[in-house]
Amino acid sequence: MNVWNKQRREEEPSRPLNTNTIRPAPSAPPVEAKKEATTLSSMSSMPVGRMEPESRGGSATIGKAVKIAGQIFSREDLYVDGDVEGTIELMDHKLTVGPNGKVHAGVKAREVVALGAIQGNVEASERIEIRKDAKLVGDIKTARIVIEDGAYFKGSIDIVKSEPKVAPSQPRPQPAAAPAPVPVAAAADAKR
Amino acid sequence: MALLSERLKSFLRGSRSSAGPPANGGNAPGFASRPGQAGVLDTRPSRGLDQFFGSFRDQTGLSILDLGGACQENINFITSLGHKFYSEDFLRIFQETFGEDIADQANPGRIDYFLRRSLEYPDEQFDGVLAWDALEYMEPALLAATADRLLRILKPKGYLLAIFHSAERKQTVPCYSFRIQDPRTLQVGRHGQRTASQQLFNNRSLEKLFRKFDSVKFFLTRDNLREVIVRK
Repeated sequence: MNVWNKQRREEEPSRPLNTNTIRPAPSAPPVEAKKEATTLSSMSSMPVGRMEPESRGGSATIGKAVKIAGQIFSREDLYVDGDVEGTIELMDHKLTVGPNGKVHAGVKAREVVALGAIQGNVEASERIEIRKDAKLVGDIKTARIVIEDGAYFKGSIDIVKSEPKVAPSQPRPQPAAAPAPVPVAAAADAKR
Repeated sequence: MALLSERLKSFLRGSRSSAGPPANGGNAPGFASRPGQAGVLDTRPSRGLDQFFGSFRDQTGLSILDLGGACQENINFITSLGHKFYSEDFLRIFQETFGEDIADQANPGRIDYFLRRSLEYPDEQFDGVLAWDALEYMEPALLAATADRLLRILKPKGYLLAIFHSAERKQTVPCYSFRIQDPRTLQVGRHGQRTASQQLFNNRSLEKLFRKFDSVKFFLTRDNLREVIVRK
């Protein structure tokens, strides 16, 4: 039985749904989580680099009592339930604006889900979803849009076909532990 | 006399806040935000819609403004034709600005404030405007100013589709939402009632309203509905 896991289980029930912290990815060790738990006052003096958590397959959260002015770059999904003013860039990730979220920013992400308010232009390379009771004022560029009845939207929608990702012409070197199947032609070339 | 006094008070209240907060928070009775609340849906053919999109046949990349608020069907239809979709929840802004205050609709400051909120676009921005029945609830001064603004933001040879239900004077008129099913068919949802305009919308008054446009064409349906296509 892992001590860390035990500690996490004990902590979880008391963790509020919306906190005023930037939470790291769920898989992060709890000690790090305590270090990274940051209130707004200390956030404002934090260098931008600290805002870029490593991609661990989880999502970072901006709680409903947090207000951030500036640029956010993230390499993991982001859930915003507080106020953000500036720009948000999550190039290959998903931004969710929670029901209490107020984003006054230009947004670039792979996928955007709005349950709260967004004011600013939004580029979602894959899709954008504007849920019932959400409010979006700005111009949208996306490949696909879903808008629920009851959502407020003011602006323009430009549907841009997402370009299919081109497979690399040559297979990248793989780690020895997991060798990828090599195409016959490529293998023949390699022998020569 | 009492009515006159009340209207005067209302007018003055409007002028004080001509650029300020809305007269009404959008919660006035009788108004259902569209298309947010599901209503009775009816499907019917629309010659006006057919004509509107027929005029853009074989063209792509046009700018189409929908004043009915964003709904999935209209977005899908318009963007599938390769056009850029613009959305304004015109009646919501109308309601937030004026509420049930009819006198306020004659106040130039409030009219200007409303048009800045709802139709603040560069001149000749749009190839087409789907106004649906948004113009039907307006009093003459506001209606004339809105028609002028629509004329300004339409490109030359651009088209506007508007729908008018009432050729008779009524206290209230139903509130509708319009969803495009295909180029000739509309899904019409009904969402309660709202106070009717004192203006009559017969052919003559509509010709007068759109007199600055190049042409006006009417399609009268069997349920006494006027679909109007105007061309700049």
